[in-house]
Amino acid sequence: MTQYLLSVVHETDYEAVTEVTPEIQAQFDRVGAFNQELMDAGAWVFAGGLMPPSSATVVRSDGVDVSMTDGPFAESKEVMGGFWVIEAPDLDAALTWAGSGSAACGQAVEVRPFQEP
Amino acid sequence: MESPETLDLDRIYRREAGRCVATLIRVLGDVDLAEDAVADAFTVAAERWPTTGIPPNPGGWITTTARNRAIDRLRRESGRHERHRAAARLHESGPDMHDRPGDESAQDVGDVTVVSDDQLRLIFLCCHPALSPDVQVALTLRLLCGLETPDIARAFVVPEATMAQRIVRAKRKIRDTRMPYRIPEPAELTDRLRPVLATIYLVYNAGHSAPSGSELVRTELTDEAIRLARLVHELMPDEPEPAGLLALLLLTEARRPARIDDDGSPVRLADQDRTTWDRTLIRDGHAIVRSLLRRNQPGPFQVQAAIAAVHADATTWDETDWAQIVQLYDLLLTLRSDDVVALNRAVAIGELRGASEALAIVEELDLDLYAPFHATRAELLRRLGRDDEADSAFERAIELAPNEAERDDLRRRRVERR
Repeated sequence: MTQYLLSVVHETDYEAVTEVTPEIQAQFDRVGAFNQELMDAGAWVFAGGLMPPSSATVVRSDGVDVSMTDGPFAESKEVMGGFWVIEAPDLDAALTWAGSGSAACGQAVEVRPFQEP
Repeated sequence: MESPETLDLDRIYRREAGRCVATLIRVLGDVDLAEDAVADAFTVAAERWPTTGIPPNPGGWITTTARNRAIDRLRRESGRHERHRAAARLHESGPDMHDRPGDESAQDVGDVTVVSDDQLRLIFLCCHPALSPDVQVALTLRLLCGLETPDIARAFVVPEATMAQRIVRAKRKIRDTRMPYRIPEPAELTDRLRPVLATIYLVYNAGHSAPSGSELVRTELTDEAIRLARLVHELMPDEPEPAGLLALLLLTEARRPARIDDDGSPVRLADQDRTTWDRTLIRDGHAIVRSLLRRNQPGPFQVQAAIAAVHADATTWDETDWAQIVQLYDLLLTLRSDDVVALNRAVAIGELRGASEALAIVEELDLDLYAPFHATRAELLRRLGRDDEADSAFERAIELAPNEAERDDLRRRRVERR
């Protein structure tokens, strides 16, 4: 089994959810059901949604001096909004999960294998 | 001068390399290992066969020798090597790619059986939708057809280093992401077949209209494309689109003797000497098209094959059954809405109902960077007596034509019919 990172790619910057509209609730429900599916199949490792890139701080250290910058590392068009870490026997299985995940959250999902330990 | 033995070896390499690599990938679980092992085995063959003679089953001999050599090599190379893990897999859990249980006892010390399904696994691996189309083509030519990287680079007019890099990266992605070595399930087959058939068609076209590259490489590409189409068709006889692709390639190949004139210039279908068309290929193509018509599950390649079959039936351009051609293009457009298809349909309309109706269709198309669009427009304008407009359309077609032979042909056509 290999672990894969399925990252949710937002095509534009996004705001944190402040008000749960019926549409947003429906999406939460879909993602919840997908998470349950992953757990039932034994494919679940970890998952989570991220606050918007505006909440980010970049930290650099050479072991002595620490510097910090406000904002995301790179201003890019696409931003990561959340992710799943799953276990799958091969890429095709991971791609199938990514398809269901993308349908559930309504965003594109990028699939990358973890390095083997 | 080459000795008869080396000539035989080249021929055997052509025929067997792809099959051996396909089986060795399953047995060894790694693309690079499989390629190296097969190359090793051919080196051994080149040393031995001149004295021992060619074994009765050269492919089986190569595959078994390659497997044994690979195991020796893995044992010699110690744990520091990145391939160590592949060796561990090989010994611990059986020899299938990425730890999957093998479907035959290939870990036995005896001969390795070459399974034709392996070639199907390999073509689905090379044409995996997670690889981009240009990578799919390159991998297919390299792994299944045994073509060398410089030849592939020449055929696609890409610098050799770029092509080598492309292939290395693709093989790394296959390994790093653990792409499975399997034949897709029936439910995913339609989606997975599409890039396979598109790749074979691209390989054929590269050979058919390659702007550069030696004649030898081009013939090799068209031959390989037909071989692959036949292979997929034979291994998946119940799928209509592979049959359609094979028929299309056979019927296109049949016209090859008439496509180029004595000066090496391309000859359009309208002007081809149809007596030189290959009747055997036409007969084979027709037989497939007829069986597909009975099956009645049309797809884009089947319809294109049917169009080629109608052309093959006509003794001259003027005697072509244009009504049927237009009908088939109508069907093709419902299956695959595409301006190039619409352009070809317009040509048929021009023959059936006249140039002004055809021109009206052509003017609606968004193909400004496509030379045949301007050439078609030019011919239609000329037929309508609008010579000045025809002239500038020819001008634009000449600017856009991909090679000198086609530019010459267009220049000739431009002055010819004044």
